[in-house]
Amino acid sequence: MKENLNPDWLGSEEGDEIYRENIIDHFKNPRNYGEIVEAEIKHSELNAICGDMIRLFVKFKEGKVEDVKFKGNGCAISMATTSMMTEILKEKTLEEIKKLKKEDIFEMLGIKLGVVRMKCGLLCLNTLMKGVEQMEGKDGIKN
Amino acid sequence: MKNHMLDVGNIIKDFAILNKRINGKRLVYLDNAATSLTPEPVLEAMNEYYRSYNANVHRSIHTLGEKATKEYVEAHKKVADFINADLEETIFTKGATESLNALAYCLMKDLKEGDEVVLSEMEHHSNIVPWQQLAKNKNVKVKYICVNDDYELDLEHARELINKKTKIVSVMHVSNVLGTINDVKEIGGLAKNVGAVFIVDSAQGAPHFSVDVKEIDCDFLCFSGHKMLGPTGIGVLYGKKKMLEKLNPFLFGGEMIREVNFEESKWNDLPWKFEAGTPNIAGGIGLGAAVDYLRKIGMERIRNYEEHLTAYAFKKLKEAGVLVYCAKDARKRGGVMTFKIDGMHAHDVAALLDKEGVAIRAGHMCAMPLVNKILKENALCRASLYFYNTTGDIDTLIIGIKKAKEVFQIA
Ligand SMILES: Cc1ncc(COP(=O)(O)O)c(C=O)c1O
Repeated sequence: MKENLNPDWLGSEEGDEIYRENIIDHFKNPRNYGEIVEAEIKHSELNAICGDMIRLFVKFKEGKVEDVKFKGNGCAISMATTSMMTEILKEKTLEEIKKLKKEDIFEMLGIKLGVVRMKCGLLCLNTLMKGVEQMEGKDGIKN
Repeated sequence: MKNHMLDVGNIIKDFAILNKRINGKRLVYLDNAATSLTPEPVLEAMNEYYRSYNANVHRSIHTLGEKATKEYVEAHKKVADFINADLEETIFTKGATESLNALAYCLMKDLKEGDEVVLSEMEHHSNIVPWQQLAKNKNVKVKYICVNDDYELDLEHARELINKKTKIVSVMHVSNVLGTINDVKEIGGLAKNVGAVFIVDSAQGAPHFSVDVKEIDCDFLCFSGHKMLGPTGIGVLYGKKKMLEKLNPFLFGGEMIREVNFEESKWNDLPWKFEAGTPNIAGGIGLGAAVDYLRKIGMERIRNYEEHLTAYAFKKLKEAGVLVYCAKDARKRGGVMTFKIDGMHAHDVAALLDKEGVAIRAGHMCAMPLVNKILKENALCRASLYFYNTTGDIDTLIIGIKKAKEVFQIA
């Protein structure tokens, strides 16, 4: 790569396209923004470095996700990934949700994140997984 | 441009890093409040120690040991002179954080329940957390001088807070978020009136203008080498001689003793009684070289140049419609511009500026109480200057901000 050849060249690990239009769009017009009063998952997580905060609500019906909403405050990456994630969650079963991996988030985003922004991009998934853990803990079906 | 008597074109040649390209663009380094860049003479002084007279200090009789000791003591003298203190009053530490922690620890034993420590709402975490710990240990109250609407310390409030119960007053010289230059002499006077120990955190002051501890009349003052052209891992704790004489050391071991018996030991002379163990010798020598570099340019000239550059930056930011949190009076602020762009998160601003080669800070700047509770924000952007910056750097910043707004489709 270029940076290895030229000692006077340093570059961030992120692709140039990190602020693609669809990311800006999700940031400015977040999908499923709001709260669900009666939801099985109600969970908040904080990205301590940036101060990004997400609160996620997931409501299940007959074993499938009926509705998802989120509220939050943070950078475009954390907000856009959460917004995108809420779109793919609908109709998923709990088992399908538990199989979600960070690669799925990257694929959904379609861009490469550097080490620092990785934390922003994965805040949505962390919040979801912690929320699932908490729900299962409550229901006593912890595996 | 007119450089207000500063030959920045030549100065820049001493900073190799300024020739780097970042993401293909010329580096514009505007994160000086976090850490400054290091010029060749400082690097050279440290390399010289390792290459030519690598030895421990204060203990080895051989030629190298003698030379290392002489240079290390000389570095203390340079720093002492830099702040108008004596050698005995100038202790090298790891940095401002360690200096403040050491003070909280050393002063703890004189405090009792019901005593009060007065800080300010704009303090850096390093001038809050050590005192909170002390307060917990000793059942002491911590109180904070308010920041007023003009982002200055409310001196009326300081007068109310500082009373007979106050045992320690510790405030910052210059805010690393607001850039406000605090009237430390005035606050010191209030502390003196009630017999409280007065401490100044000059981490953002000493690098930028001439600091005279006798004029401020503080009991203690601290700063970090890496914010004033020196290396990381070295900093300063100044203490008035009569204060340091009363104070017990906070580290024990080699170098700091005069005589050790199996039962007890006698402390070494000042300042060495506070520098236990093999110190950061190269770092100390580097800090000495940094002081030489700054003095060669002249602190007056640095301040004048930065004042001019800061005024330029404020004007340009205002023209670009950027909201800056700072005091109105230009004479009361340093080269720190903390700002916000509506509709964008600070990290996105910083990431997009990075693509233009512009390095700024985004976040809470280690002053969470100020940023979250007083400014009521989660994260802000901060551009901070030093004397090697130019109006060209500011122009690049402004262009970068405009481009970032375009990406986010902000008019
Ligand atoms: C005002 C102020 N005080 C203290 C510190 C702590 O300095 P250091 O991290 O070098 O110990 C800083 C550095 O960010 C600062 O800006």
